[in-house]
Amino acid sequence: MSRQHPSIHPDRDPQPPRWAQQFIAWYCKPQLAEDLLGDLHEYFQRNIKSKGVFRARLIYGIDAFKFLRSYTVRPPEFITLLINWIMIGSHLKTSVRNVSRNKLFSTINIVGLAIGMSVGLLLIAFMHDLRSYDAFHKNGSRIYRITSHAKFREGFSSTFASTSVKVGKLIQEKVSGVEESAIMRSDFAGDAKIHDRVVPLTGFYAEPSMLRIFSFPMVKGNVATALEKPYSIVLTETSAKKLFGTEEAFGKSLHINNLEYQVTGILKDVPFFSHIQFESLVSFSTLETRSMHDTDFLAWASVYQRNYVYLLLPENSKTADIQAQLDAICATENEADSRAAIHVTLLPLYDIMLGETLENSIRPAMPGVALWILGGLALVVILSACFNYTNLSIARSMKRFREVGLRKVIGAGRSQVRQQFLTEAVIVSLGALLLSFGMFLVLRPQVISIAPELLNMVKLEITIPMVLAFIAFAIAVGIVAGILPAILFANVSAMQALKDVSSIPVFRGLNFRRSLVVVQYTLTLIFITSTFIGYVQYKDILAFDLGFTTENILNIELQGNQPEVLINKLNALPEVTGVSQSKIVTSVGNAWGGFVKYKDLNDSTLVFSNIIDEHYLPLHQYQLLAGQNFVTRPATKAATSEIIVNEKTLRLFNIANGDPQLAIGEELWFSSRLERKKLTIVGVIKDFHYGKLNEDIKPVAFTYLTPDTYLRPDKMDGLLNVRLATSDPMETMARIQEVWKSVDPVHPFAGRFYQEDIEEAYNELSVMIKVIGFLSFLAISIASLGLFGMVVYTTQTRLKEMSIRKVLGATTGSMVFILSRGFAVLLVISAVIALPLTYLFFQKVVLIKFPFHEPIGAGELVGGLLAVLAIALIMIGSQTIKAARTNPAEILKSE
Amino acid sequence: MKGTNLGEFEELVLLTIAALRAEAYSVAIVDELCNYAQRSVKLGVVHAVLNRLEEKGLVKSYLGEATKERGGKAKRFYQLTTAGKSALVRTRSMREQLYNRIPSLVWKHA
Repeated sequence: MSRQHPSIHPDRDPQPPRWAQQFIAWYCKPQLAEDLLGDLHEYFQRNIKSKGVFRARLIYGIDAFKFLRSYTVRPPEFITLLINWIMIGSHLKTSVRNVSRNKLFSTINIVGLAIGMSVGLLLIAFMHDLRSYDAFHKNGSRIYRITSHAKFREGFSSTFASTSVKVGKLIQEKVSGVEESAIMRSDFAGDAKIHDRVVPLTGFYAEPSMLRIFSFPMVKGNVATALEKPYSIVLTETSAKKLFGTEEAFGKSLHINNLEYQVTGILKDVPFFSHIQFESLVSFSTLETRSMHDTDFLAWASVYQRNYVYLLLPENSKTADIQAQLDAICATENEADSRAAIHVTLLPLYDIMLGETLENSIRPAMPGVALWILGGLALVVILSACFNYTNLSIARSMKRFREVGLRKVIGAGRSQVRQQFLTEAVIVSLGALLLSFGMFLVLRPQVISIAPELLNMVKLEITIPMVLAFIAFAIAVGIVAGILPAILFANVSAMQALKDVSSIPVFRGLNFRRSLVVVQYTLTLIFITSTFIGYVQYKDILAFDLGFTTENILNIELQGNQPEVLINKLNALPEVTGVSQSKIVTSVGNAWGGFVKYKDLNDSTLVFSNIIDEHYLPLHQYQLLAGQNFVTRPATKAATSEIIVNEKTLRLFNIANGDPQLAIGEELWFSSRLERKKLTIVGVIKDFHYGKLNEDIKPVAFTYLTPDTYLRPDKMDGLLNVRLATSDPMETMARIQEVWKSVDPVHPFAGRFYQEDIEEAYNELSVMIKVIGFLSFLAISIASLGLFGMVVYTTQTRLKEMSIRKVLGATTGSMVFILSRGFAVLLVISAVIALPLTYLFFQKVVLIKFPFHEPIGAGELVGGLLAVLAIALIMIGSQTIKAARTNPAEILKSE
Repeated sequence: MKGTNLGEFEELVLLTIAALRAEAYSVAIVDELCNYAQRSVKLGVVHAVLNRLEEKGLVKSYLGEATKERGGKAKRFYQLTTAGKSALVRTRSMREQLYNRIPSLVWKHA
């Protein structure tokens, strides 16, 4: 009978999972294992019939764990422990010997791994710091903040870390199952007057429950009552010292913006790793008494104000219950208030610093995505270092097959050989850890200074858990680096290894090694090319013609001062060629706006704006297409009648068919937070970039800034734009600061050049470029080290061949060519993969977000490749030339 | 107190072993218990109890032959020792003494 029935074929019978059987055999006492395995098998057979193969195997697996009990587990035998201990000792000894015997390769391995690991260490330290945020709050796991998702009637929507006061009030009134809730508001700021001194002070308005929810320990004062009465203020120890010096601050009164406050408490300083940072807390009732009639303050839709609501939920409570109640509140309130549709959600305290970036965040958060990307990039660099180790170990495997063979003959099992090679890898990686820890210390300040935000976000100070994480990381890296060689060696048969090394199929390994080199170089090239392209694009963006000039313009924040005196004093300086005033700095991501209506009175559209004086346009060299600058100089806001718009606005409202000349004299309704009136177009300017370069050209309208703007109760904080013509900017800045001090001795001078603002607006880009640049530097170092090792190894093994070639008459040039050909091919393959990939990535993913970007040039595309090629060729060349020049007699005579 | 008192489940297992005689191995004991005690009995529990009974010296065990349905593994058969038998007898006589002390009136009212 040639055909067998499938079910009686022994291999076709369903078997219990092998791992579970091995697991039981491993942990179970041998005398129990026999019948236990038998019993389970019997049940397995029954389950196949009643429940099917899949579930039977599943049950078997679960049972394997169920029988892990005190009476089944075999006690660790002294002899195995002893053998393990002795073997580890022996592994350590042979590893150290092997590492120190091959100094060059060990150095390459250790340095390469150290470079790669330094990135890992930085990332671990970074994660450690981010995770330690708000960990000091005793009830941290039960604290939540309200996040508001708002969709405004005007059509834009956004997600805010803040919410409206009304949301907080409604939660306190209507939501059950909340232990505590606190409304806070971050815009407390003023000049505190103590005796004759004036000191600026900032802080939060906060409800008394805030101190119960959070763990900010109070040094003096009553936690329960400190924030109860209006005009109570609680200071931190540092701010108390700042205000009162050595004097006792508790119980004193002080004047802030001419209102009297009582110091009702002193808190310990806010820890660095707290997402809430404040100098002082002012009772929320202070704000409530003052804002009773402010409709904006009480409105449901005012989520854009900096109010924050924190909840403390009871233990074991379900957020879903609370969320359901919140949903119900939102539904009713959104009906009543048509200005915006608001949806509020709960955000756990520990997710605040690691979550998505929200508008009105108290401190900038680190988006999880960014961390994943960083982690991914770091992983690539670390893996690249691991490749080096794997590659060199396998390349040199020929020399060690004998050793492995002998070990196996004496009785070493696979697992022991594996253990030996892993031990060796881990020793190398631990050695690398020492070096990379040194690199970490050197790199730490550089990395923190990459982005100014980081300076305020992390400290990267070394703690014990961090050191433990470092060590665990080093061991993990060692295992990853050593696992492939370990498996390769463990699988070698003793016979083969001892009889004829060349019969071992290392050629399979050769292709594998080559592909590792290609992967390594491809990644390196992607890194460096991205850096080049990114840098060139970034420089283009900074130098982009925005449609007006930003050169030599210094923007000074008025900080509540009257502009006239300052303007006069500044104009008196010889270096100052002009001073203008404006509400905001445009083109850096700031926005100010109003709603404009043209003839069709129902059609109101958001138009971006800036409030400027008559010097602003000429100072910034805006191009007037028609009409003129502001003609009248009204003294009050009420008397303004003129508006200047750009072409886009004309097109948007179809004013005079977009013809600037005809548009002059047309009238528009303009309404903003400060005004609502009919204005006449007196000038049309050429389109310019009001937003950042990743945004389209926007409709813009300029309105006139009248002197009374600064006299209003809700003081507008404006800017002076000072145009300088100086050969010595440092000297000029010093003189301007002197002028500032003579006018405002309290507030520190806050002025920055327009170009600095623009640089900061694209700070993310620059940070990204710096990070990738840094990584590509590391990647090049690692890849070069690896290539160097390979070249040294290959030339060494081919020395005899080269000597014979030379004796037979080969020239140095031809020998260099023969030796380096293989590597050159690998580099070319990497380039062919990496360059188009990078180009497409930038063209299709990155630069799409910047509609006004310059095309990618050939220079930046090939620049990185040339740099990498140059380094690689120097390394290959130096080694091969050395080999080619060796006297063949020296090599050949020793045989 | 080891070996002096029998738990309720231990007693059941001992009785089952005695009843099954030459066929008393773990899976058979589980099946038998399921049939007579009318409750679902887990292999793990029986295994642990058998192990404990053997430690107490109430049963002894020997390995049988390997069979195919057990994946080539042998059965472990259990037998009562003298100590095991006397423990059963002792428990039973103790119970009967207690039963006998109950006046028959109690049963009528129940």
